[in-house]
Formats: sequence, structure tokens, C-alpha cells
Amino acid sequence: MIIRGGNVVFKNGVEKKDILVKNGKIQKIADYIPADGGEEINAEGLHVFPGLIDMHVHLREPGFERKEEIESGAKAAVKGGFTQICCMPNTNPVLDNKVAVSYVKYRGKEVGLCKIHPIGAITKGEKGEEMAAIASMKKAGAVAISDDGVAVKNARLMRLAMEYAKGFGIKCLCHCEDKDLVDGGVVHEGLSATIAGLKGIPRAAEDVIIAREISLAETLDTPVHICHVSTYSGVRMIRDAKKAGIKVTAETCPHYFAATDEIILGYDTNTKVNPPIREEIDKQAILEGLKDGTLDCIVTDHAPHHADDKNVEYNLAAFGISGIETSFGFAITYLYKAGVLTLPELAERMSYNPAKILGLEGGEIKEGEVADFAIASLDEEWTVDNSKFLSKGKNTPFNGYKLNGVVKYTVVDGEVKYGESALAQKEGSKTKTIRVCGVKMKDKE
Amino acid sequence: MLNRKDLLGLIDASKEEITEILDLAEEFKQRIKRGEKKLDRLSGKTVTVLFYENSTRTRTSFEQAAKYLGATTINIAAGTSSVAKGETLVDTGKTLDAQKNDFIVMRHPMGGAPYLLAKTVKAGVLNAGDGMNEHPTQALLDMLTMRETFGRLEGLKVAILGDIKHSRVAKSNLFGLKTMGAEVRMFAPETLIPKGMDKLGAKICSSREEAVKGADVVMGLRIQLERQQAGNFPSLGEYAANYGVDEKVFALAKPNAIILHPGPVNRGVELTSGIIDHERSRIEDQVLSGVAVRMAALTLLNEARNNGEATK
Repeated sequence: MIIRGGNVVFKNGVEKKDILVKNGKIQKIADYIPADGGEEINAEGLHVFPGLIDMHVHLREPGFERKEEIESGAKAAVKGGFTQICCMPNTNPVLDNKVAVSYVKYRGKEVGLCKIHPIGAITKGEKGEEMAAIASMKKAGAVAISDDGVAVKNARLMRLAMEYAKGFGIKCLCHCEDKDLVDGGVVHEGLSATIAGLKGIPRAAEDVIIAREISLAETLDTPVHICHVSTYSGVRMIRDAKKAGIKVTAETCPHYFAATDEIILGYDTNTKVNPPIREEIDKQAILEGLKDGTLDCIVTDHAPHHADDKNVEYNLAAFGISGIETSFGFAITYLYKAGVLTLPELAERMSYNPAKILGLEGGEIKEGEVADFAIASLDEEWTVDNSKFLSKGKNTPFNGYKLNGVVKYTVVDGEVKYGESALAQKEGSKTKTIRVCGVKMKDKE
Repeated sequence: MLNRKDLLGLIDASKEEITEILDLAEEFKQRIKRGEKKLDRLSGKTVTVLFYENSTRTRTSFEQAAKYLGATTINIAAGTSSVAKGETLVDTGKTLDAQKNDFIVMRHPMGGAPYLLAKTVKAGVLNAGDGMNEHPTQALLDMLTMRETFGRLEGLKVAILGDIKHSRVAKSNLFGLKTMGAEVRMFAPETLIPKGMDKLGAKICSSREEAVKGADVVMGLRIQLERQQAGNFPSLGEYAANYGVDEKVFALAKPNAIILHPGPVNRGVELTSGIIDHERSRIEDQVLSGVAVRMAALTLLNEARNNGEATK
């Protein structure tokens, strides 16, 4: 395959190049590569990014297939430009053993769109009582451990899990939330919560656990990763910790840099997310943190839900936003177009850093690297329309938002897995491609 | 004109709308006092009173208001448990709509629930209290009693003391009174004041004396035992001693100041018995004001429906 004439987003700059792909790898990058009669993608006027990596999604399978399945989630992912996604273990059963982890891995391969990496639980059943079988899960393919959805309440148990995991190089991804401080809150504690008469979640509910995890990382000299940072104070603590040489990395989500808590006025339950969308001061700090590298990654925390989980009173609605199909658009519009990040920086936050943190392939366009790409038009404007989501979760508060940045092709291991336009067909190819809502899937022969 | 389908809160109520409700309520109040309790302004209409929380005062007040207006009333005591376990609010709303109810009066323990119901049903929805959010007819009845006493609302100094944080009454009063040009002062333990109340126009005071001094209206809010149990303050005794209103504190208010309380009162906690039974107390008068403003709200919403003007 040749990707021709695209503006290639390298680690240190953007250059117009041709890319030759052979056997799922990038074989050659040059100003001009002669046609070889094989498949070609005309990337003239488009930008070629390293395949995006989302290290924080919820695929809901097994157990909550009404909300999402691995297949629907993977379709949504490739539409969003993602070539690798890491799914959280809060399924039913919880991914806290090698059998469950293997199942997700197997289903991911069977679906055959993007690469799906399961994340194992830190504790059995995410109950925060006993450590899960971390070593076995790692052998079965878990790329990290997390009790996402809850924090491990017992600091001693968290310490032991971090120490144990350190022994074989697997990281803890920490969902930071003190339930006592949350105290039944459903939105950010501030003026908007007061106007709406909804119970607030103070920043401290997130910050005290961020502080604890940083302290454990320092004490144990072991790396720790902070999930979905939403507070300005959390950003500051992580920045200070990095300066002090503590091995901490962190992620944030588009809804924390694109929205503020006024969005909850009107009681749209699609605005309900954990941690909550906070205030302008937080949004600005998140942008600053992304710019100066305090926040290493942009993830979606893609949390699909069924309409029934949201069409209820605000207090009763499920937390979560379906975000994997809008993440790239938000990043291009609110970060690149707004002058916060350059394209190489954006690619670093959405691909290189997640790969580095989790030890995954990809993350960079260079010869010899895996041929994972997101090929996109940056200027094309589009309007968020959840009825067109491929994810089963239509729960976005951003319907009607105008964004730039449209993914045209997603290439995984040298194969086009998503693409709207027709491609040059492989001569004598055995694989027939079928079109499933724009997603090309291999027909089983 | 009150050109609304629903009355969900005072957050977006205009001065004209509030005045219109209070004017009509004043008329109804006089008629009730004269013994005229059989009006036909809502005859042939059905008003369903749907309460997901216990209440005697507000529920009976709405029922009485609807009955005085000649409507058929249906009372559903849903109980809090059915919120979590049973039929969803949306489905309940669809059922009530299918029965061709004209109005649904709802009390619900969760903020914003009436907005969800109003969006779902064709019937007009009246919010009878939603969680910590609003209780518009309570604020309207408070304003009616104030206006009757002082002949105006503009320029009045209203001190609200008690559990501001969990009080839909405080918030509706704040919205309504600010719109009408009154000054609203609030005082409570810091744990019972929600974030940003000052930005909404309330003057947050640092002592009960500061709040009450020179006030025209002193309003106590119920301190629920469960708030103490949840750790918001150490004991009811400590609350009464530092935050309650007694005769000594009330003496700082204007000589013709009045005392209000949405009820039910905890005697000796937020207000002493001496204050509750004070000659300047209007707590009992509030009850009749309640029936009158609810009659007015139902009547005006019904007129808007009949005229096809329920645009909001």
C-alpha cells in the first residue's frame, strides 16, 4: 500500500511525503514512491497521523451489551481514527482474571478492526478488598491495571498493588475519587450546581486521591498514571510532582477542555459524567497542562450508555459520555485550531505518549514502525449528530457542535479499516471488503 | 400574561408574571375569607397531585386550591421508594397524559425532575418542590404575605436563616424577591450555604444579628435532624444557641417586621417558641396565602392553555 502525497505528522514536524507499507509495517518514507500496482490512498490535501491510541474506553462487553459491544465500540473507534484502544475492566464479570481478559482480547481479534487491549482490574471484582491476579492477566494480554469507576479505597492495598505490579512492569491507571467527599454529588460543586439545585462534587474529591497516588509513587519509586484529570488543582499537583522527578503521567478528556459546568443547566443527563465537567478556571488549567505536557494524553473515557440509562431524573442517570467519535474533532478544533497544540504535539498526546506509557507499538510514523494511521481532513467542518454514531451509546451533550477535523481513513496494520471513499482495489486480492456503515470489515471466507 | 405551559420555578419568572399571580391570589384570598370557596374557573379540568415525598401542607393546599376552583383532583402518593424501584418518571408521565390530565402537580426529591416531566407530558406541570432546587408556589405565598403586610416588595429587606443549602424555599424566594427588587440576606452555618449563592444576588451574612438588623422580614427555615446526623453541625442545641432566632435577635429587626416559616417548624431550633407565637408572626397566615397563590397559578396556567398562549 502507498499513502500518497499526504502531510505526514512526524514526531518533530509535518512534511509532505509518500509512505510505502509492506506486511503491516512502514517500509519506506520518501518524497516520491513509484506506484507498484497495489492499493493506494490519495492523501493529497489530507494529514496523515500515527494511528490514534485511546488508553481509556469502556466497551461494556461482557455484561452490558445493551450499552455497547466490542464490535460496535471498535467500529466507532476506527471511525474516530483510533487504531488501538484500551478497555476498562468494569464489565460483568469484571476483567479481574485471565479468562475474562483473554475473552476480550479474542473478541477484539475476531472483530478485526482496531487493536483492542484489555485493562485488568487491580482488585477482585473492583471491590477494593483483595488484589486481582495481576501477573496472570498480564500474561493473557492485559496492558495495565485499573479499578476505573472507583478508586481503591484502602491506601495500603493500593500500595501493595502498585508494588506488586512494578515487579513485572505493568502500570496502575488510577481513577481518583474519594466517595466520602463525593457524598452523592452528581455535578461539579459550584454556582451551576446551586442554580440547578443539584448536589455538587468538590474538586477535593478528586484531588485528595491524586495526592495519595502521587505520594505512593514517590514513596515506592514506581510509575503511576492518573486518569481523567478534571481539576486545576489536580493539574498543578501533577506538574509539581513531575518537576520533583516523581514518575507520574496523566490524561484528560475532550469534555474537560471543551466545556464548562454551565452545560448542566437544563438538566441534560448527557452532561452527567464522572469526574464532572468543571469551571472555566479548570478548563484553562487543562489546556495549559496539555500545552506544557503536564497532561500526557488525551483519552475519551468513552462511556456508552443505553437511552434508558439517561432518560431519567438527573440524579438517577448513569455517568458517562460517548466520546470516541468526537475526540479527534474536539482535539483539532479546541487544541490545534485554537493554537494550543501543534500537530506533532497533538499526535504526541493522542498516540505517542499512550504508546510509550503502556509499552504499545505505534505512536509514531517512522520506517520500520507498525503501519497504523489516521488520515484526516483538518479543515472540513462537520456537525456532531449522535444519530450517526456507530457506537451504541448515543449519549453526548455535544449534539449540534460544529467541529473541524474529519477522519477519512483509518489504517490498522497496513489495512484500511475505515474509509468513506473507494480505494484502489488490490489486484487478485483474496479479501473482499464489505461496507458496514462506512467501516470496512473483512468478509469471512 | 403568564403564557406558560408549566410553572417549574421562579428562576425565569418576570416581574410582570409574579405580579399577575400575586394580584389574582390576593383576590382569591379575599374571596376565601368571605367564604366563597366554590368557583368554577377550573370546572371540567383534572388536576393530579403526584407526590414522591411526604408532605401534608403543600399537598392539601394544592388539592384544596384545585377543588375551590371546581377541578377534579386525583391524589397519587408515589412514595420515595418507587422512584428508584418502580416505573420511570417518564413512563408515569406518559400514563397520566394518556388519562388526559390537564395539570400535574409534582413533588419530587430530585432537582430538575419537573423539567423532565414537563418535557414528557402535554399536561401543565406545577412544581411543588424538587429536591434542593425550587418550590415556586411557596415563595409566591411568602411574597403574597409580605406584599399584603407592607403593600410592596421592592426595597424590602428579607433575612432568611436556616438550612439554605438544602432549601428549595430559599432559592425560589431568592429568585422571586430579587426579581421584585427586594434585598435578600442569608445566614447559616458555612456547611449549609451552597457555593455561589452570593453570585445569585444573596447577601451572605456573618452573624444572625447582621442578617436580622433592620430587616422587614425574618424567615426561618426548617433544620432537619438528618442534616445534623450527616455532620453539618454538632447538635441541635449548638445550632439553636448560635444560629436560631429568638426575641433578642428579632428585636434588631424593624419594629413592624414580620416572621415567616414554610413549616413544619422545629420549635426551639431555628425559631424559639416565643418567635413562632410572636404577635408579628405570620406563619398561620402563610397557609391561606398558599391556597390562594396555588389557585392563582392554576387559573392563569389554565387560561394560557385555553387561549393557546402556553408558549414557554
